[in-house]
Amino acid sequence: MTEASSTPAASGRRPSQRTPSGPVRTAEQIVEIVSDSGEGAQKAGQSFAAICAQMGNGIWTVEIIPAEIKPPARSRAGASGIRVRFGSDRVTNMGDSADLVVAFNEQVLYGRISQDVYDEGLVILLENKWATDRREVVRREYAEALEDFDRRGYNVIGVPMEEECLKLTPTPRLGKNMFVLGMLSAIYTRDIDLALNEISRVFARKGPKVVELNQRLIRAGYDYAKENIDLSFEVLSAPREGKQVVMNGNQAAGLGVMASGMEMVAMYPITPATSISHYLAGVFPGVGGCVHQAEDEISAIGFAIGASYAGKTACTVTSGPGLALKTEFIGLAVMAEIPLVIILVQRGGPSTGLPTKVEQGELMPAIFGSPGDDPKIVFAPATIEECFHFVITARKLAETFRTPVVLLTDANLATGMQPFPRPEVKEEWLAPPIDQSPWDPEVPPYDWDEESGISPRPIPGQRGGEYVLTGLAHTRGGKVAYDPESNQTGCEMRSRKLAALRRTLKPPEVSGDPEGDLLIVGWGSTLGAIDEAVVRARSEGLRVASIHLRFLSPLEPGLDDIFARFTKVLVVEINYSDPHNAPYIDENTRRFSQLAKLIRIRTRYDVDCWSNVHGQPLSPGLVYGEIVRQIGALKGAER
Amino acid sequence: MIGVESDWSSEPPPRYFTLEDYEGGEARWCPGCGDLAVLTAVKRICRDEQLPPEKVVCVSGIGCSSRFPHYMKTYGFHGLHGRALPVACGVRSRRPDLHVWVATGDGDCCSIGAAHWIHAVRYNMNLTVMLFNNEIYGLTKKQTSPTTPQGFATNTHPLGAVLPPLKPVSATLGFTNVSFVAQTVDWNIAHLYATLKKAHEHKGLSFVHILQRCPTFTPGVFDDLQSDPERILLLEHENGIPIDPAVARLYPKKLVHDPLDSNMARILADRVEELPLGLLYCDPDRPGYEEFTGRGIGMGVGEKLEFLNRELDRFTI
Repeated sequence: MTEASSTPAASGRRPSQRTPSGPVRTAEQIVEIVSDSGEGAQKAGQSFAAICAQMGNGIWTVEIIPAEIKPPARSRAGASGIRVRFGSDRVTNMGDSADLVVAFNEQVLYGRISQDVYDEGLVILLENKWATDRREVVRREYAEALEDFDRRGYNVIGVPMEEECLKLTPTPRLGKNMFVLGMLSAIYTRDIDLALNEISRVFARKGPKVVELNQRLIRAGYDYAKENIDLSFEVLSAPREGKQVVMNGNQAAGLGVMASGMEMVAMYPITPATSISHYLAGVFPGVGGCVHQAEDEISAIGFAIGASYAGKTACTVTSGPGLALKTEFIGLAVMAEIPLVIILVQRGGPSTGLPTKVEQGELMPAIFGSPGDDPKIVFAPATIEECFHFVITARKLAETFRTPVVLLTDANLATGMQPFPRPEVKEEWLAPPIDQSPWDPEVPPYDWDEESGISPRPIPGQRGGEYVLTGLAHTRGGKVAYDPESNQTGCEMRSRKLAALRRTLKPPEVSGDPEGDLLIVGWGSTLGAIDEAVVRARSEGLRVASIHLRFLSPLEPGLDDIFARFTKVLVVEINYSDPHNAPYIDENTRRFSQLAKLIRIRTRYDVDCWSNVHGQPLSPGLVYGEIVRQIGALKGAER
Repeated sequence: MIGVESDWSSEPPPRYFTLEDYEGGEARWCPGCGDLAVLTAVKRICRDEQLPPEKVVCVSGIGCSSRFPHYMKTYGFHGLHGRALPVACGVRSRRPDLHVWVATGDGDCCSIGAAHWIHAVRYNMNLTVMLFNNEIYGLTKKQTSPTTPQGFATNTHPLGAVLPPLKPVSATLGFTNVSFVAQTVDWNIAHLYATLKKAHEHKGLSFVHILQRCPTFTPGVFDDLQSDPERILLLEHENGIPIDPAVARLYPKKLVHDPLDSNMARILADRVEELPLGLLYCDPDRPGYEEFTGRGIGMGVGEKLEFLNRELDRFTI
């Protein structure tokens, strides 16, 4: 546990009294469903979130995924499930401690308790069949847990989920999740018809019998909760303008690929990037596209580069370890100036690291990974909506600047679900047909514009444009360079592309007052948590503001001017840095987090950083705690 | 529009290509290098088939033979060590109109790029793959390659290569979905030409193993094959490599071999006393991955927009 996490949670406990009559109105709720793997908790939670979104609530989901497919039952490390935070307003992050959790056994709850996501007052709907299990050890564990939960101040409500489901199905383990969906629908006064419709949509492919059984299980859960559980909440929704869509970040990125007009995604399975290709594999043919599953990460990017070179910009999707393997090819794409989109869904590292957990660990590798100088465009969406739109931008940037573009998302965005305004598909988003008009043979293949480094690209099939693309240092004519000047010139020209792009970027917007004591700098999926923490701190009179960077290579302009107006600049991100008070580390040996390093290269400011590698999405409570500590330290220093 | 000269014919003006139209930069291989013969054969095939230079793409990895694309005046892709095949497959994935030649060496294909060799053969996309086997790493100066003869002294194994050499043809014949495997030598130009031509005509991945002389680092490794015609077993068949009368006269040992006979192909490939020359295996009916990757090429904008809107509707609440 870090120092910051032991400070009071950002939002404190929301008032939520149990009343026998009429639902309690509340601005938001955080609900979790936690089970052993394979019990369908995620499906139930996603459906519940979709229903909340349909009723006009803001939502954010976080999937809880163990590292194994079927870890031993009732094990603490095997906790699998989902968190759904929903509220009257837009919800941008996972929040802090949960309000209510449905657990299929008591052991998986310990997996979550160790993540510090529960607080006193938590309501637990707990499968109670374990109390009468034939194994003595199970009965004892269950009884001990109940006592422990009581000491922790949790309110446990035992629910005979399996017994109730057995009335409808001989395989209650597979049906419990729908029973839970029914219970949650009752407790949170959801429209039961929405739940029934949602499930008929989700299971449409499995046939009417399956749909009907699941609907009966939902009704059973709904009725059970109405009769037996004395909890009722109402989360009103704010009126919403225009149509909304709801999806997770990987679906949004996949849709972005299709809307950008790219037609080839070459990939190799890697968590948490793979679900982009799962989604695309089903729908990509609808726009004439193809998902190629290659024999390895290297071949995947090589295939994409081949397809890009031959005409239409292609895409590869991967995560950290895959990026490491693709590095040589990324260098080739930079050197030979081949447009390419790389969607990099970060996870925890190094090495295999935390494959199913959240980290922003690939910023430096993405920007600086290749041997030699390899200027490329790297930018990061901060919301699910941006996951969609940024892919379309990425394709255009890749072609305009004739270079690879890396889109950095992470496991938090990949699986998080959030509603956003339905995009209006535009024809101009789609890639144009492959240019096969004759090429002026007088124009060399690297006819660099001195100011921007940009050059037009001959495509195989264009008569007169025949040239040999090479990863060797080469001249404007694409010939292998044997003189010292050509490599220098080529590097300069490729470098100018980033300068040219930077000139078109705007400085980041400051969220909060334009001057003050503390400026928080973030990037990527932490936007919602940082914003929420800053808003809360400001409401308590603290002079704190934040900026959130999208473009990381080139870095957005105007940072020096913004930083000059704050006493202190603090980078907040989720990758490793030595904590400020770490033992055996002093100011000469302290290693900074990745964006902090980058900013220290690019600006003249001695920025500080706060980060962790817990593998969890950033919570507003942690950021709030750090803001309080930092401003306290500043004030202390002033005295 | 009076006075404006226009060409109203719908037919493009006829083009005729000579060898010069495929002539790239001056080849910088060592004098006596076997690569030169292969380069000449490929240029001649392009000329004889009248392939428009802009429709030809030569893809290579890294190594001496991988300089091949630079010496052709076509589109070329001189990429990374071992990675010619993924790029070549990517090129073909959405461009069935391009003629793709792949130049790869024994280190490039059978060592650092071995994974791609197996899988590209299985994908069976329409590529002509030429494995230039000089049994040594040349460009990095005489290190042991997977095909270096056992006992041959190199800079990494001065006491001689430790293990028996990998047999590229035997290995390739074992890969699932293999569709074309031929073997030829750089020093018999007529057979080399006929083999590469047959390979180019084959629909699918044609794998051509070319024994290629390196006068600098492995001089003499093929001496016995060159000096003793009895060491060559010429494969004949109506579906095989057409045999020039001069070639037929040179090699007295001949065998009628049906390229569809995969068992016999494996037996022949494993023979040590003779080198089978010709088409060992060919099955024109093997499925090709392009059928999958090329679906939807050229789909209209209207159809795409309609689908995207339908898909967004699915997510709309």
